[in-house]
Amino acid sequence: MSDTLDNDKPTRRDFLYITTGAFGVVGAASVAWPLIDQLNPDASVKAVSTIEVDISSIEPGSFLKVAWRGKPIYIRRRTNEEIADAEKDDNLNLPDPQKDIDRVQKKEWLVVVGVCTHLGCIPIANQGEYEGWFCPCHGSHYDISGRIRKGPAPTNLEVPPYEFVSDSLIKIG
Amino acid sequence: MDTDYKYEPKNGLTRWLDSRLPLMRFTSEHVLQFPTPKNLNYFWTFGFILTMCLVTQIITGIILAMHYAPSTLLAFDSVEHIMRNVNYGWLIRYIHSNGASMFFLAVFIHMFRGLYYGSYKEPREVIWILGCIIYLLMIVTAFMGYVLPWGQMSFWGATVIINLVGTLPLIGESLTQMLLGGFAVDNPTLNRFFSLHYLLPFIIFGVVLLHIWALHVPGNNNPVGLSVQGKQDTVAFHPYYTVKDFFAYTVFLLLFCYFIFYNPNALGHADNYIEADAMVTPAHIVPEWYLLPFYAILRAVPDKLAGVLLMFGAIAVLFFLPWLDTAKVRSGRYRPVFRYFYVLFVIDCLILGYLGAQVPEGIYLFLSRVTTIYYFAFFLLVLPILGRIEKMKPMPIGISNSELSRDMVAAE
Ligand code: HEM
Ligand code: FES
Repeated sequence: MSDTLDNDKPTRRDFLYITTGAFGVVGAASVAWPLIDQLNPDASVKAVSTIEVDISSIEPGSFLKVAWRGKPIYIRRRTNEEIADAEKDDNLNLPDPQKDIDRVQKKEWLVVVGVCTHLGCIPIANQGEYEGWFCPCHGSHYDISGRIRKGPAPTNLEVPPYEFVSDSLIKIG
Repeated sequence: MDTDYKYEPKNGLTRWLDSRLPLMRFTSEHVLQFPTPKNLNYFWTFGFILTMCLVTQIITGIILAMHYAPSTLLAFDSVEHIMRNVNYGWLIRYIHSNGASMFFLAVFIHMFRGLYYGSYKEPREVIWILGCIIYLLMIVTAFMGYVLPWGQMSFWGATVIINLVGTLPLIGESLTQMLLGGFAVDNPTLNRFFSLHYLLPFIIFGVVLLHIWALHVPGNNNPVGLSVQGKQDTVAFHPYYTVKDFFAYTVFLLLFCYFIFYNPNALGHADNYIEADAMVTPAHIVPEWYLLPFYAILRAVPDKLAGVLLMFGAIAVLFFLPWLDTAKVRSGRYRPVFRYFYVLFVIDCLILGYLGAQVPEGIYLFLSRVTTIYYFAFFLLVLPILGRIEKMKPMPIGISNSELSRDMVAAE
């Protein structure tokens, strides 16, 4: 066995150690993955539900709050003044610059996910310094386009995927 | 330690057992006869009090789990069922919920004790770090437990805290979904939190064993901070400290019982008696009182990621304390300048706690910035610099002469 003491030369035993070790690691990882992946959203959660909302009853200047994927969606019918307000601020130095027109499909209708981009509270509509939304949790102010204007939230209220099925029906999701 | 006491089995049976399982030897050498500095004050009773707190939480928790249903449809009602129908359910639940607060009260005193007497310094760094791990695990456990009754504060507290993770660059979003098991706090979240809330106290138990093991290598620190030099400096743990510990625990229980029997909801939030509603955020989200200082730090900065990093940093910095404090003298008793900064630090933490419950605007926001700065300055500036320049007070030569030399210092 004297040749195994010669550390410089790789031996058959070294080869066996390394291959065994490598297979062990791969084996352990392939067992660990299901244990970790089960934490991820499951099939029933992921089956993205789409919802259809009748918007005919929403008066100009008011809004409807509906639930989608466990989160609230604000559907807001804006007045002409509100649209003008939103567009007027397009070129200000906003924290998350975006033009109002890029956030809507029809100017009259603003559809946003009602989840504060700071830490996930639900902002309250028609409140705050910009009269859009105000998040009570840590004081984020959003404007009438759902853009962040002041406070700790980093980005604008998210616009969910949606389409107008007809003039009075929106499909979200 | 050189004062080591050796166990001698007295009869045939104990001799037989000792050579097979040296349980009696262990109990005798590490509990009953363990040489303990004779000058420990009441701040040293909190280790025992904490152990009792942990045992209390585990016992009441296991019982609550027999009646609780971890499902969003049933959770809130099952807690009300415990309160109204289960025999003594109200008592067991109030012990568990107030017990968490008492646990944190005790751990804060325990940690401030260590900070003042330099118990984290060489050779007790590992004891301190294990303590920090325990503290971190306690926070996680308490946070998950608070979600279980599925009230409004449970739900929105969980939402806010899990979203903190989402601020981390790159991995943030997928990590959040992994914690939630979905896109918002919901049934999968509740179920995994219940499972982990059951598990973690036993992990804590394991770390506490390591903590005490590490403690038993150098032995206890003490109010003068000098190392034990011989038998003259110590007494046996039993009966001297068993009696002292039990007495202190009894007094602690009086406060505990005041909350359980006279004011069981004083430390909680009324909104948690409203069932969780994913569509309505309460006007004012506040975490449990023991997390308020960190919450204040989180909100002190207007930037999301910076706030989160500062908040985690406030705990992380504790792990480095043994190397941040450059003073060789352990006990704050002989550090005249340190004492002022220390008192200021305690007040600073209390103010941070107060601010955590306020709306972060105007004067409150300003104050939380000032107090956050001092919190970090204490660890990162005061302790490293002060240790090099401070002129220490004269020290006694040993634990046994400490009272004597204190009088001498006073007479000078
Ligand atoms: C479940 C929580 C904890 C339990 C059950 C526990 C238990 C104990 C016990 C029984 C002792 C010995 C008696 C005493 O000094 O009071 C001790 C000592 C100590 N603990 Fe803890 N502890 C806990 C948490 C912590 C935390 C969070 C820290 C700090 C970060 C900490 C730091 C220390 C230090 C530094 C010592 C040595 C103290 C000395 O002898 O001066 N412990 N602990
Ligand atoms: S969650 Fe809205 S401001 Fe923090």
